[in-house]
Amino acid sequence: MQRLKYVLSEVMVGLWRNVTMTIAMIITMAVSLAMLGASGLMYMQVDSMKDFYYKNIEVAIFLDAEVTDAQRSELETQLKGDPLVREVIYESKQQAYEKFKTMYADAPDLVNAVKEGQLPESFRVRLKDPEQFKQIFDKYENTEGIETIVDQRRLLDKIFNILGSVQNMALAAASVMAIAALLLVGNTIQVAAYSKRREVAVMKLVGASNWFIQAPFVLEAVVAGLIGSIIAFAGLAAFKGFLLDGSLRDLTDLLTRLSWGDVLLMFPLMAGVGGLVSAITAWVTLRFYLRV
Amino acid sequence: MIQLENVTKTYPKASRPSLDQVSCGIEKGEFVFFIGPSGSGKSTIIKLLLHEVTPNQGKVVVNGRDVTSMRSWKIPHFRRSIGCVFQDFRLLPNRTAYENVAFALEVIGKTKAVARRVVPEVLELVGLGGKEHRYPHELSGGEQQRVAVARAFVNRPLILLADEPTGNLDPDTSIEIMRLLDRINRTGTTVVMVTHDSNIVNQMRRRVVEIESGRIVRDQARGVYG
Repeated sequence: MQRLKYVLSEVMVGLWRNVTMTIAMIITMAVSLAMLGASGLMYMQVDSMKDFYYKNIEVAIFLDAEVTDAQRSELETQLKGDPLVREVIYESKQQAYEKFKTMYADAPDLVNAVKEGQLPESFRVRLKDPEQFKQIFDKYENTEGIETIVDQRRLLDKIFNILGSVQNMALAAASVMAIAALLLVGNTIQVAAYSKRREVAVMKLVGASNWFIQAPFVLEAVVAGLIGSIIAFAGLAAFKGFLLDGSLRDLTDLLTRLSWGDVLLMFPLMAGVGGLVSAITAWVTLRFYLRV
Repeated sequence: MIQLENVTKTYPKASRPSLDQVSCGIEKGEFVFFIGPSGSGKSTIIKLLLHEVTPNQGKVVVNGRDVTSMRSWKIPHFRRSIGCVFQDFRLLPNRTAYENVAFALEVIGKTKAVARRVVPEVLELVGLGGKEHRYPHELSGGEQQRVAVARAFVNRPLILLADEPTGNLDPDTSIEIMRLLDRINRTGTTVVMVTHDSNIVNQMRRRVVEIESGRIVRDQARGVYG
């Protein structure tokens, strides 16, 4: 109990003694962890978006303007009997036009420029496995009466690619910041070990156990890491609260909403990584600077 | 109590060994001087006994335990059975005499209550009664060394190692410190002292082991500096 008290008071003294370094350490740690948390969120976001969109994804088979009734009904039976297909919906020119009108209701010029009947009729096909587009494409590509076959998945993939590269950039930034944070932790621990070298020498001399000598230093780094993760979490929460739910509302409505639960889930991740990485760095540093 | 068996220690980058095939036995309760010129390797013996350095060859046995093959995590516990004083005292400047001694107890897990009972006693023993709450800079060199002796002895070690404990002290003060070490020796503690202070060695008339260029050249039961 008393030793615990000693260790904890040493931690506080240690953090305070070198306060500018401590602040630098906490800030870099916080930025790095925030980046990590952001990319984690992005990852979960992309995942849930994929779930959401891929479920509703269709292959659109647009028909020729001169398609005959026979060709159309033959294609329909063929599609309905296809083992790759889960569901087939026919969309007439009329329906396509209605959909077009509601979709671009706020662009009347565009709507006026397009006349009913100009938009092609199509079969909207849901696949049992959305990955099997290629097979469908190959199978029906040369069928009479078909103009083009469009995989909506491809369009979504572009969006996901962009989100994916944003996520990668955040991860890259997180790791660069993490290196800076690690160096700062190592440096802070060195300075701390140096400023306590007399105490450490005496402790070693009289036979204090290694964990007892090292614990204050390691905990000092862990506390800084945890404070960093709290700040990073506050930053993420502010980002979610003020930007995503605030000024960027319109954009985020387009994507799936980010829940507070997901944001909250990032805290243990950031705290865990922050604490653990600091502890390991401190411990490794001490291996070199506090030889027994 | 202490056995050195054919111990050779060569420091990295050194051209010749600091200790060369040294064998020496010390019984429980003995008082032994290791003497010799600077660089003769006598301080290396203290470092070996504390397991601060490990020998290249040979065996070091302390308290019946082979120090050479000791696992590193056992070293701290092992050191609790050894007290140590140095030429430069090694006190913590921001702690009082009492706190310096109590610190040594607290960091090995003794409670404050134990410290309150034991520390004044040992400070009294070394002749610092009434000066418990002075800081090192408020004490004379001899008094600082007494604090160091108190810190080394507070744990009642079986062995007390002293590395030139009088090196920074004037002759009269040195004699006082020697009287103190002698008293500690009389409680049954084995004392090993490294020195090149001929005056003291000649006065004490204890066992003298002389080292020159890493070899024992003399081992005399009631020796003089010579």
